[in-house]
Amino acid sequence: MKSLEELRALREKMKSQTDNRSVAGADETVIKVGMATCGIAAGARPVLEALLDEADKRKLHNVSISQTGCIGMCRLEPIVEVFKGGQKYTYIHMTPEKARKVMNDHVVNGNPCKEYLIGEN
Amino acid sequence: MRELALNILDIAENSLSAGAKRIEISVAADYAKDWLTIRIQDDGCGMDEEMLARVSDPFTTTRTTRKVGMGIPLFKFSAESAGGKFSIRSEKGKGTCTQAEYQISHVDRMPLGDFGGVILQLVTMNPGVEFYVQATDGTNTGILDTREVREILGSEISLSAAEVRMFLKEYIQENLVDIFGGRI
Repeated sequence: MKSLEELRALREKMKSQTDNRSVAGADETVIKVGMATCGIAAGARPVLEALLDEADKRKLHNVSISQTGCIGMCRLEPIVEVFKGGQKYTYIHMTPEKARKVMNDHVVNGNPCKEYLIGEN
Repeated sequence: MRELALNILDIAENSLSAGAKRIEISVAADYAKDWLTIRIQDDGCGMDEEMLARVSDPFTTTRTTRKVGMGIPLFKFSAESAGGKFSIRSEKGKGTCTQAEYQISHVDRMPLGDFGGVILQLVTMNPGVEFYVQATDGTNTGILDTREVREILGSEISLSAAEVRMFLKEYIQENLVDIFGGRI
């Protein structure tokens, strides 16, 4: 069984690493996932997990992923909002697979996944 | 909602929007009595009696965009359809305590689901809030106290750091398997 003692070792390891996370500035991408009753029931949690997993895998330091309350369009949940380059993109009816694609195509490579955007549906 | 864990997440999100600084979540199984108790307690803004009386009604909500709020009704339904009970206590300015009880062997009792994932999400995505999570089956008890974790990590490392999240993920899952072993 893992114990919190291992966390102490992890802290020492992390302290010794130079932190390049703080370089994120104006080019930061903010991602928000709707996590109210409507979002949760529609499957927002696996979507959030997929986003976090992709960010970890790709070691993306200039991306901040967070959750928010009801965005107001419950029938379109799970909703993911991406704030990038001064614009807001609202992705609707998300799934973990679509979320990974958005991470790859949009967040990393800068090409919004138009087919998942709210205006296209 | 097909998992009790998602109901817990939903109620905890209510606590967060009530401005809670500390949220206690407890899941206690008693196999001898065939009884499962889930409790979410917070120190948020609470509700007055009038609101409390209406809160289990799906046509009550604090949001302004529409007139329905399903979180508490769904949680209540999950308990009452599984031979259990539901109660909610609240005091304006002090906080709210929501409790749902289940008959473990009831055919309509939802599985606990990914409780570990829900706890991980709550703990790592809400840096300003303390969580005290307890899971017990009477013999084995696991406690996750974010104050304890923060004490170890110090002030410069956040709970949402990728490395910390990875550690907590395994820590929570392993301990939960030891406690419940997939029985609920």
